[in-house]
Order: sequence, then C-alpha cells, then structure tokens
Amino acid sequence: MAFTALLANKMRSLLTMLGIIIGVGAVIAMVSVGMGVKSDVVNSISSLGSNMLIVSPGSTNRGGVRGAAGSRTNLKYDDAKAIKEKIKNIDFVSPSVSRSYQIVYGNQNWNSSVMGVTPEYMSIRSLEVSTGSFVTESDNNKRNRVAVIGSTVATNLFGTTNPVGQNIRVNNQPFKVIGVLESKGQSSMGQDQDDVVIVPLTTAMERLMAMDYVSSVNIQVSDANKMDQVQEDIEVLLRQRHKIIGGKEDDFNVRNMTSLMETMSQTTTMLTILLGSIAGISLVVGGIGIMNIMMVSVTERTREIGIRKALGATFQNIMMQFLIESVVIGVIGGIIGIGLGCGLSMLVGKFGNFTTVITPLPVFVSFSFSVGIGLFFGIYPARKAAKLDPIEALRYE
Amino acid sequence: MSNIEKITISLRGIKKLYKVGDQEVAALNGIDLDIKEGEFAALMGPSGSGKSTLMNILGCLDRPSIGSYKLDGQEVAHLSDDMLARTRNQKIGFVFQNFNLLSRISALENVALPLVYAGVDSDEREERAMYFLEQVGLADRADHQPNELSGGQRQRVAIARALVNDPQIIMADEPTGNLDTKSTKEIMEIFQSMHEKGRTIILVTHEPDIAVCASRQLLVRDGVITRDEGKGVVLDVV
Ligand SMILES: Nc1ncnc2c1ncn2[C@@H]1O[C@H](COP(=O)(O)OP(=O)(O)OP(=O)(O)O)[C@@H](O)[C@H]1O
Ligand SMILES: [Mg+2]
Repeated sequence: MAFTALLANKMRSLLTMLGIIIGVGAVIAMVSVGMGVKSDVVNSISSLGSNMLIVSPGSTNRGGVRGAAGSRTNLKYDDAKAIKEKIKNIDFVSPSVSRSYQIVYGNQNWNSSVMGVTPEYMSIRSLEVSTGSFVTESDNNKRNRVAVIGSTVATNLFGTTNPVGQNIRVNNQPFKVIGVLESKGQSSMGQDQDDVVIVPLTTAMERLMAMDYVSSVNIQVSDANKMDQVQEDIEVLLRQRHKIIGGKEDDFNVRNMTSLMETMSQTTTMLTILLGSIAGISLVVGGIGIMNIMMVSVTERTREIGIRKALGATFQNIMMQFLIESVVIGVIGGIIGIGLGCGLSMLVGKFGNFTTVITPLPVFVSFSFSVGIGLFFGIYPARKAAKLDPIEALRYE
Repeated sequence: MSNIEKITISLRGIKKLYKVGDQEVAALNGIDLDIKEGEFAALMGPSGSGKSTLMNILGCLDRPSIGSYKLDGQEVAHLSDDMLARTRNQKIGFVFQNFNLLSRISALENVALPLVYAGVDSDEREERAMYFLEQVGLADRADHQPNELSGGQRQRVAIARALVNDPQIIMADEPTGNLDTKSTKEIMEIFQSMHEKGRTIILVTHEPDIAVCASRQLLVRDGVITRDEGKGVVLDVV
C-alpha cells in the first residue's frame, strides 16, 4: 500500500528521498575520509616499529629565537653508544643521518636519499635483503664505502643487471653495492620506501657528509610497560653527558611514538566525528523534506482518509499507513545513500590521493539514522491524518 | 409495544446544531425514529432539510449534539472514535452519491477494503470481494481502476463494497443521484433484492418513483420528520 502511494508520485518520492540519499552518502563519504586520515597517521607511526623512542637534537634557543627542531649539532654518535651501553630494557639503538645525493652508475643517474645507519637499523625497521647482504659492524668500524640500495634505485640505475658487486658513485665517491633491499612499497603517506641508499653510519658521517653529529637516534624498548622508565633514564643520561645542570632546558628531545600515536589517533577521531556531524546536518534537513512532503500528501489525500475511515479504518490504521510511507522513504533513501557514499569514497580513494576507509559502523549508524528520521518526521503528518474527522474528510474538495 | 420484531435503530430527541458565525443552525431539530430489522426506509425531503445529516448520524460517521441513538440496543454516544470505526466496519455498509471509490486501486481492491480493516487475510479478502463483484455483475471488471468504469458501474462497485463485510444495515445517500435512468433501474433492482434477503436499508432520495420501492417512506422537513407512511403512498416532496 505504501509502495502504491509512493509509486503514484515517483518524481516527488525521489526528490524527497534525495535529501536522505545525499545526507547518508555525505556521512559515509566524510567519515571514510576521516578514517582514512586516521589510518594513514597510525600506519605511518606504527611502521616505525612498536615501542619506539626517538631522540632528536633539541631546537636551538639563542637570545629567545627558537630555531627549527633538529638544527642543533650536539647529538653525537657516542650518545647513542652510551644509551646502548648504560640503559637497561633496550633491544636496539639505531642512530642515523640522511641527506639527498645524486647516485651515478655508468651513464645512469638517479637522485635518492642516502642514509647512514648501523646494522641495528635492519632489525629496528624489519628490513630484508633480497640479494647480497646488509651493512655489517665491521663495515661501520672501518668506514667502508659500501652501499645497500632499495629496489627503486636498483631498477632505475641497473635495469635488469644484478647490482651486487657493482660500483656506484655517490657524491663523486665510489661505493660498492653489497645488497639490494626487499621491496617495502609505498608508505602510508605515499612515500616510496624503496627509493633509498643505505651506507654505514661512520662512512656517511665522515666521508660523505662531514658531520660529527647524528640527526636522530631510534630506540626500541623491550617492554611496552618500561617506555616511561627508559625515556626518563635516557633524559637523565643525556643531560649528564651534555652537562646540563639545574633548571636549564634540554638540548635534545625524546619522543615516545606510542603516546604520539594515541594523541594523533584521538585527534583524527575528533576530526572524523566533526566531518560526520556536519554531513549529518544534511540528513536532518532531508528529514524535514520528508515531513514537508508527507504534510502535502495528507492534505491531498484527505478524501481518501475520509473514505477509509468511513469503511472502518481506526486511528492506528491511518497512522500506520502514513508512517510506513515515510519510513519506506527513509529506508530506500538510506540504501541508495549507502551505495552513493561507498561509491564516492572509493572514487575519492582512487583518484583523490586520499586513503578512505569504509567501516560498517558509519554505514549502520547513518542508515538507522535515516530510518529514524523517516519515522520521527513522519509522526506529525501521520497523526494529523489519523485525527481527521471522517465527515469533514469526506466533504473535503 | 407488543412488537416482536427486533428494533435495530432507535432515535430519541436527536438534535444536530451547527454554529455558523454567532448563529446556531439546527440541521436536525428533535428526531424520534425507530427502524426495525429488515425494513427498507426511504428518506425524502427538500434540499437542506437535514437528510444527509441524519444519515451521517445513523451511519455513526457523526455524533448528535443532543439526544439518544441506540444501535442494536447500544448507546452510540458511549462509544469511542475507534469503536465507532469498528461499528461502521462490522454493521454498516455505505453507498454515497459520488461513489467515493479510491482512484489508484482496482475495483477488486476497492471492494476488499472494508475487509482489510476487519482483519481478514488477503486470500479470503480477494475471494469474498470477487463474489460480491459477481453479485453486482462486474466480475469481468475486477482489475479496472474506477476511472475506467462508467458511473453506473462505479456505483455497483461501491455497492459490492458496502456488502462485502456482510453488514446488517445498508445506508445509501442519493445513490442514484448521479446516474441515468437505466443505471438507476439496475441499482434499484440490487437494493430490492438486498431487501428481499432481509437486509435493513435506509435510502435518501429525491425521486418519488424510487421511494415507492421502499417499505416505508419518511418525510424530513426543517430537521424534523413530518410524515411516516407505509408502502405505496406517493409523498409530495415539495
Ligand atoms: N458542517 C456544517 N456546518 C454548518 N451547517 C451545516 C453543516 N452541514 C450541514 N449544515 C446545514 O444543515 C442543514 C442540513 O443539511 P443536509 O446536508 O443534511 O441537507 P440535505 O437534506 O442532505 O440536503 P440535500 O438534499 O441538498 O442533500 C443545511 O441547512 C446545511 O446548511
Ligand atoms: Mg444531502
């Protein structure tokens, strides 16, 4: 019966549904974008490994002018060694430096980021070598000119040739390729993780970059519960080593990546809720559209209501008839809206350079919301219809 | 008083007052009337005399302002709106001058409509509706929508609808008012045969030659019943 009435006014029913369709679609698309941002952030932080602490040089602070973080030169390789030696509950310590260089092989050249690392870098980033081997302790001690290259670098410089054993030039210095990394693909932030050249830390510092400091030290703590303790120990140790006394500010930063991740994921959840609620407003507007059309429909069908009442329809019968109609609008609109929202978020995910994540929750919530809206905004017109006096309704022209 | 026939309808001192501006108009001004089971009563009277108002009250579509109306011994004033709706559904079949069929559904569905509200399941609804469509000679028009039928056919569909829930009383307010002579004759034959089967019929008409079919003729004037005659008398309406 509800369908007959809706079909009798196809165009009008469709336009009424449009409000719900757009509302549900917008909620799903918005939330999926928000969830996508969240998963990007979480992935990129967790790709650094679990239980990570990152020590970086503090910002310079001279005469009240604060420079960019990491611009100081006072975080030394020896600091990293001391952390490894003196602090308990640490699995790996990986100091690193990096800079961009032009890499040349034969007549091929390629711009890539060159990283100086210790062998522990491999464990901390869970890297695998597909051919050859990784940088060893002795390479690092002897400042050997050896390099392990990422697969992007390998294909761009060598094509199909096996790079292992070949010589490349980095900043005009010869390096021997000793290994190729297993591909890790794009990072969640869209960076190519295979576009990298890895050399021993000492080689990078002394032979390539001429620096006596490191850019950061990654530390993997052995137990999640010990994170705070280890962080504190590191701070105490570094203050001691850098001779910072009393109330003076640290010249380094220790960041706990786990708590950073929690903060970031909270922030992005808030963002998602905000986006969803803004889209939800259009759902409410759609509901008002339903109410409007139902009011018109009740007026138009006054005579029909009179006839039904004369034939024995009760208050409840008429009430249900109109409520079902508005709920059906909500349900159909909701279903089409889900299709639209999912389609939209896939399109955005594909062409919009965004990650989008569709989870059942927003789909379920916005669908029940649209059904609820059909119900809620249908009640008033349905009551109005059901309360009509049969005689007056029959007389209505 | 020694009447053994069952009195279906009993009105005492019925008034219906309408407020128009600050004037009170009495559409009905003190009606006393008993109608026995199986009677075929014709209501006559000039336009505006209160016939339709009386019919609406008899049909439980409207309530009197003052007075007592007992239907099957039950005081109607004590019934709630929903109980009135049930009463209309179970005991009364309506035939209107302008047919009052639902335009978007088929003749069969129109006939079956009272059964929807009586809670009859759909198979039985269809079967019973079809039976009554056959009775009014429209079995072959079951799937037609009302706008695909002639006026006479529409009124026959409406009569089938009035009969479908097997009501005690049929109320018809000028059922032939919009019809030509031929259709009028057909419709009146149906009413005659319903009367012969023992149904109580109350019919409003302007035409004396229709009224003479009835077993009883009532003349309404200015909201009161002025004459009450048996079969055969030709009442002068004007
Ligand atoms: N809703 C109303 N408000 C005010 N007055 C009304 C209303 N309904 C009916 N009346 C008045 O009550 C009187 C009786 O009307 P009713 O419709 O019963 O007449 P009727 O006998 O059926 O006339 P007709 O033969 O033309 O159908 C009329 O004077 C009419 O103006
Ligand atoms: Mg009338």
